[in-house]
Amino acid sequence: MIDTVLTENYGMESLKTIEGYLKCGGYKAAAKALRDMTPAQVLDEVKKAGLRGRGGAGFPAGLKWGFVPQNSGTPKYLCVNADEGEPGTFKDRFIINHNPHSIIEGALLAAYATDIHTAYVYIRGEYEFEARLLERAVQEALTHGYLGRSILGTAFSLDMTVHRGAGSYICGEETALLESLEGKRGQPRLKPPFPAAVGLFGCPTVINNVETLALVPAIVLNGSEWFRRRGLPQDPGTRLFGVSGQVAKPGIYELPLGTSLREVIFEHAGGLKVGRILKAVIPGGLSAPVLTPDEIDISLDSDSLAKAGSMLGSAAVMVIDQTTPILSVLKIVTEFFANESCGQCTPCRLGTGWMDKIVDRLAQGQGRRRDLDTLDRLAGGIKGRTLCPMGDAAALPVLSLVNKFRGELEEACRE
Amino acid sequence: MKAEFSPGLLAAIREVAGRYPKPQAALLPVLHLVQKEFGHIPPEGERTVAGLLGVNPIRVREATTFYSMFRRRPMGRYHLQVCVNLTCTLLESRTLLGYLQDGLGLRPGDTTPDGLFSLSTVECLGACEQAPCLMVNEELIGNLDREKLEALLSRLRTDHD
Repeated sequence: MIDTVLTENYGMESLKTIEGYLKCGGYKAAAKALRDMTPAQVLDEVKKAGLRGRGGAGFPAGLKWGFVPQNSGTPKYLCVNADEGEPGTFKDRFIINHNPHSIIEGALLAAYATDIHTAYVYIRGEYEFEARLLERAVQEALTHGYLGRSILGTAFSLDMTVHRGAGSYICGEETALLESLEGKRGQPRLKPPFPAAVGLFGCPTVINNVETLALVPAIVLNGSEWFRRRGLPQDPGTRLFGVSGQVAKPGIYELPLGTSLREVIFEHAGGLKVGRILKAVIPGGLSAPVLTPDEIDISLDSDSLAKAGSMLGSAAVMVIDQTTPILSVLKIVTEFFANESCGQCTPCRLGTGWMDKIVDRLAQGQGRRRDLDTLDRLAGGIKGRTLCPMGDAAALPVLSLVNKFRGELEEACRE
Repeated sequence: MKAEFSPGLLAAIREVAGRYPKPQAALLPVLHLVQKEFGHIPPEGERTVAGLLGVNPIRVREATTFYSMFRRRPMGRYHLQVCVNLTCTLLESRTLLGYLQDGLGLRPGDTTPDGLFSLSTVECLGACEQAPCLMVNEELIGNLDREKLEALLSRLRTDHD
């Protein structure tokens, strides 16, 4: 049996209520922290655990918390990033559906460690059902004294509001999320200043992904050493791998960091459908560069995938078999990013549209081989030239598809 | 011109606006409330919201045009949104979309003349383990195939009658 951190009790209907959560040891970490630990000790434990952000960038959560000034004199805010928009990703929805209180408890611990008293859960607009689940959980936590004034009889207080987005991929990017939360269009901000210094309403702000926060209670309760028994020294713990596409058993699999991509697909997700042959794998959401079948004996962790020219991203593994033309994958990629560009930076605003027009022509059977060179050049011109990571998100998958599947794409060209 | 909001809607808006240190931060939740009441966000509604939150009307227009879930014209009673992103496409969502288009006589973006159905395509709904999937208003329906889709359409038609 694999040693899980998050999903041990998932599937228990009662876990969705605070009574069920308390029976499974819920809010014990909060009690331990608020009664027996200083905020600095909580921060230190999460730092020692080496918990890296589960949203996509993989930044160490403890370091992020440490950047927030202690005595700023202004309000400080915590944002829970539940704006799960990276195509192929469904792990945060899974956590909210199975165990909403783990997110609240994780947020409470993060807030305690950073002396924050106001939290907003920014949840994507399409997750209306999940927003209601979270709202109910927040009400339960208030009633039971785990949110609000004098939590657990201590002087610590935390207010939490569930805030729905309204349909925008870019709002998952942390500074776009802040803009959106302020009621504006979700256009990313220039960094620095980083949100830890100047964030929501101009105040110091911590932004953490749902999965990241949901891991914190177990770390605080059992200690960093316990957490580090799973995964890799530089990337400890487990991840929720969301496997989807042309596999036998799509779903969420909680596995240690460092599990091989082959094992995830062929052992846990049941391999391909009968008679199908693997063609390509996107290992970390639609913006992660594609891997070919000879590249899947790779350790799934941030550093290994970066070394292979891809990324672990949101750990959303999308499996593509030989029945799917690569051109149709490319078209979905270019169309998506052309639709979702926020319009702020010229290379992304124009480049994504140009790429999509060219791919559209290829898809109509009117493509020329030199179009593939143009795509390569355009993507290269977007990469690294935008305010936020979306430029790279749009460019890198195109570069990988065009270069790794050049032969097949050339066959789709008219000349 | 401003739209008349019901006392219930006004009370809900005031409650939401009170949760934020700056009223403009309540804009998205408030627009969700307005859309729920009217089925879409009429231009006069934008002005009313601007007045209530004390922001320039252009700020409201920016939000209603930037965020894809805000609808600026009336929609059918049932809004079918079919995911056409990668995982769903790999599992034939576009074939199902074609079936819906033929069955309803609609192109994405259109509404049936009786006002019952609107059809759209949508980006990843975060339910890839249940691909192919769609949303009907706020309800997610996954693991679709042709039979399930037919059953869904006839259920919606019956519910309406």
